Amino acid sequence: MSAGKLPVDRADPLQHVRSPNRTFGPQPPGARFEVIGKRMRKVDAAGKATGEALYTDDLALPGMLHGKTLRSPHPHARIKRIDTSKAEALPGVFGVVTGAEMPVKFGVIPWTQDETALAVDKVRFIGDPVAAVAAVDEETAQAALRIIEVDYELLTPLFDPAEALARKDIAIHEGNKHGNITKEVLLEFGDPDGAMAKSDFVVEDDYEFHGTAHAPIETHVALARYGSDGVLTLWSATQIPHYVHRELARVLDLPAPQIRVIQPHLGGAFGGKSDPFSLEFCAAKLAMKTRRPVKFLYSREEEFYAHRGRHPMQMHFKTGMTRDGRLTAVDSEILIDGGAYSSFGLVTTYYSGQLLTGPHDLPNYRFHSTRVFTNKPPCGPKRGHGSVQPRFALEVQLDRLAHQAGLDPIEVRRRNFQGAYTTTVNGQRVTSNGFDQCLDQVEAASGWKARRSKLGRGKGLGCAGSMYISGTNYCVYPNDMPQAGIQLKVDRSGLVTVFSGASDIGQGSNSVVAYIVAEELGLRVEDVRVVAADSDLCPVDLGAYSSRITFMVGNAAIHAARKLRKQVQQAVAAEWDVPPEQVALAGGFVFDLNDRARVLPSVKAFHLAEARFETLGATGSYNTPNLGGDYRGGTIGASPAYSFTACVAEVDVDLETGEVKVPHVWTSHDCGRALAPVLVEGQIEGSAYMGFGEVFLESHAVNRFGLTTRPNLLDYTIPTSLDCPEFHASIVESLDPEGPYGAKEAGEGPLHPTIPAIANAIHDACGIWLTKLPFTPGKVLAALQAKEAADAAARGGKR
Amino acid sequence: MLRLEPFAFAKPASVDAALALLAQHGAKAKVIAGGTDVMPNLKHGLYEPEVVIALSDLGELRGIARNAAGELELGAMTTLEEVERHPLVAAHAPGLARAAASVAGPTQRTMGTLGGNVCLDTRCVWINQSHFWRQSLGFCLKKDGTVCHVVKGGKSCVAAASNDTATMLVALGARLTIRSSKATREVAIADFYKPDGVMNLRLAPDELLTRITVPAPAPGGTWSGYAKLRPRASIDFPRLSVAAAWTTQNDGTVADATLVVSAIAATPRTIAGIGELLRGRKPDDLAALIAAGQHAQKVVVPLTNIDGDPQWRRAMVPVFVKRAFLAGVRGSK
Repeated sequence: MSAGKLPVDRADPLQHVRSPNRTFGPQPPGARFEVIGKRMRKVDAAGKATGEALYTDDLALPGMLHGKTLRSPHPHARIKRIDTSKAEALPGVFGVVTGAEMPVKFGVIPWTQDETALAVDKVRFIGDPVAAVAAVDEETAQAALRIIEVDYELLTPLFDPAEALARKDIAIHEGNKHGNITKEVLLEFGDPDGAMAKSDFVVEDDYEFHGTAHAPIETHVALARYGSDGVLTLWSATQIPHYVHRELARVLDLPAPQIRVIQPHLGGAFGGKSDPFSLEFCAAKLAMKTRRPVKFLYSREEEFYAHRGRHPMQMHFKTGMTRDGRLTAVDSEILIDGGAYSSFGLVTTYYSGQLLTGPHDLPNYRFHSTRVFTNKPPCGPKRGHGSVQPRFALEVQLDRLAHQAGLDPIEVRRRNFQGAYTTTVNGQRVTSNGFDQCLDQVEAASGWKARRSKLGRGKGLGCAGSMYISGTNYCVYPNDMPQAGIQLKVDRSGLVTVFSGASDIGQGSNSVVAYIVAEELGLRVEDVRVVAADSDLCPVDLGAYSSRITFMVGNAAIHAARKLRKQVQQAVAAEWDVPPEQVALAGGFVFDLNDRARVLPSVKAFHLAEARFETLGATGSYNTPNLGGDYRGGTIGASPAYSFTACVAEVDVDLETGEVKVPHVWTSHDCGRALAPVLVEGQIEGSAYMGFGEVFLESHAVNRFGLTTRPNLLDYTIPTSLDCPEFHASIVESLDPEGPYGAKEAGEGPLHPTIPAIANAIHDACGIWLTKLPFTPGKVLAALQAKEAADAAARGGKR
Repeated sequence: MLRLEPFAFAKPASVDAALALLAQHGAKAKVIAGGTDVMPNLKHGLYEPEVVIALSDLGELRGIARNAAGELELGAMTTLEEVERHPLVAAHAPGLARAAASVAGPTQRTMGTLGGNVCLDTRCVWINQSHFWRQSLGFCLKKDGTVCHVVKGGKSCVAAASNDTATMLVALGARLTIRSSKATREVAIADFYKPDGVMNLRLAPDELLTRITVPAPAPGGTWSGYAKLRPRASIDFPRLSVAAAWTTQNDGTVADATLVVSAIAATPRTIAGIGELLRGRKPDDLAALIAAGQHAQKVVVPLTNIDGDPQWRRAMVPVFVKRAFLAGVRGSK
């Protein structure tokens, strides 16, 4: 447990804005933006649309074997014996591997490494990997799995987090210091109890988030080759190739330089590919054992077992407000169901509290979050990691308070707006903040003032707000090196190749770095090619998580490209005998600002520069400034810039069935500067879509046997186009001082307010407060009937 | 990915050839029409056929026509998309068009057939999963196991009929033509189903459903309507399937009515006494429809065999009874 108090000096909010550490400000490199901010296609759009893009499963190598994983049919058991001899003897089987051969524990967070590639001694959930086979084809591998003999000694499984917390006698991880607690955080800022006592209004109630999965189109897949040169190459559908590289070296006991990790095109991740996974180690180990390439492709069911979905949370929240609508204090107690392993759980536990301190000014705050192990598939990061669940609770409580005080919910949020360039109660430095404009936009777009509470019974509007990080300065393994890097190489053809460590998981990071480099060097986007996420070729980037890439890799790209830009300007300036700043770069040409007739194609300018400076190339990097509160955990959730979102949802409740239609969701998001507005709008819509699905349709549950209830896309119902609201995305550009051209994140923040906005809209529509997700029609109908009964009783009482 | 276990594959060129194969292989054969249900079930290990007999080449089983008696004849291999869009179906039994249109999603309906939907296997949350999944809970009554996870101590399988078109066809009093190499028989569709979730079809291993016949409308017209409860507006199997068919008297009031509710147990259930309840009432008389719905609700007891809160599903019975009738009124005859 960690606890801390932070004295906050709120007198001078600007004091925490340090001089930007290798950032370049919101201005364009030239007179105006030529590429940035334009509506463009993604660089890989055509390849993906036509099917040319190669995903990991598209890759096949000569002699390749197919791997399969034997999984535990028991939620909690000790492995007494594994006998793989029959499987090894099966014709067509080339190799079998068990946990004993890879006992080294791994995990992204160095302090909580508790997973092994295959179970060693114990299994902890149904689906936990136990053994793996490589065979000539999948059918043979499948047949081999059936003849592996495993004797289990069954142990009592724990499925309920409260029970897991209470049962000190059953240890899911033996040797864990705190029973089944994986992480507990208690942090207090200001005087929540005192402030609560002085509040005019206090609401206190229980909220539940049920747990959801990512459901990417592409399941996990990995292909490994162990070459005669002793180099292990792993192609994997991962969003963290660097951590996979590190963990492969540890678990396989191979020197890291002998390992190459490549992330091909990726079919969606949403946080579900942020851990190293069993198949990556098994493919590698079996490739080493068999000296043949080995590929593993998880079935949809296996994807659900690998899980790392959004944590179920039981949240007790208490919030106070003054008569005039000012928040006084928030006090929360959160029980987090972690599943069988730690994954990112340490961070989740912090995020469940640390990320609630904006955009509303929250003067006194306490959170107490406890994550426990259960015998279920491990939870992890999902889009809006850790904060989507408590954000739901907080924003519903804000509406409840607004209701009690008789205030307009948007007005309440306006009154509590923390403003730009401030410090939150938990010591987070906030720079640009356009939340007030986000509120204005959704208020106007939804017709809020004219329509709220006036749409007729069953119809209503609700709003919510949120903040999210643009990466954090908490580096998961301690080091002083940059968090992001870029290298540029210039070809004599005029092509500039960008080597980017960043994982493009569909969010468009390859496009964004191409746009940035094109902008800086005055090139057409098609003259910039991006090579990404290949550990042999690209500088390290930590991965596609925490919404860090645009901010960090974007800054690194500007950093690298600006060096080259200077060289080009200098070389051309020398040729033309003008000052370098008079040399402009745009649209594939270099020209003289004072004499527009003097112009060179960029390729000629590159030749001049290469002649003058020798082989052209540049590196760039980004690291965060020192941020965060001066207490244990104070850096977790401390971001160089926060994004802000406001959302209004419109609902139409079928009073007969309890089914809720959502005709419209208006989301306005402050992403600093929209480097690629189409991509930003896509992220806003995609986030709102995902949040909408989590409210009504998506539920990752585990049944009484410990089995994932809906491990397929028929049962795990994600919304179809027919079920979806009309999504209205709008952008607020607050121009952050440290983001690349002023940009901040857009990939995760916009999800948060969708869920509470819908909950609040349901209250506007029919007067019920729903606090337990998902809002199934049965629950809605029961709440409607309960309200009807209560109203009738009240009317009767008055008579 | 999930792989199929090996089996022999036959694609006969004629119905007679198909029947000969069925006579030869009997219970060891599995017939595949559009494959939208059989394929996932094969991958889940629910069937272990030695031979799979594909009907895809049997053009003679495809098509929609009105016969001399004014009945609508639909070949078993007619796709659900064709049933959904065919003008004869829209004119003859709009409820059937609607039921067909509500099966799965548009892509499945281009493959899935009417015969396949009529013969759709029963479904249960404990059965339509992979072999690994079912093994982890010790299997169940429907296949490989001895316990029912829905009804504690249950000895008969309660997997639910989940075929949208069957509910409607029962309400319409459709007949099925069933052939074997030895004989051809015709059976009322209501008698085709039996209350056994393991195998709810009265279909011998050597038999093949070849044709579905919808009776001619009553002289004053036969109305039909269908309503389906499901979580999403597409793709999902029904969580409640309700079909209504009725005839009218000269004044537009109901002469007789049939109400069928499915996605409850192994067979579509015809609710007794609905004709009497509605006779003389307008088919969109809400009070009458609510009474009919409440009547149905008394005998319909949803279980946990299908995902979704059973209490709520039961509460939805009157609502969807009403909606089935109203859909029929809107769709005219």
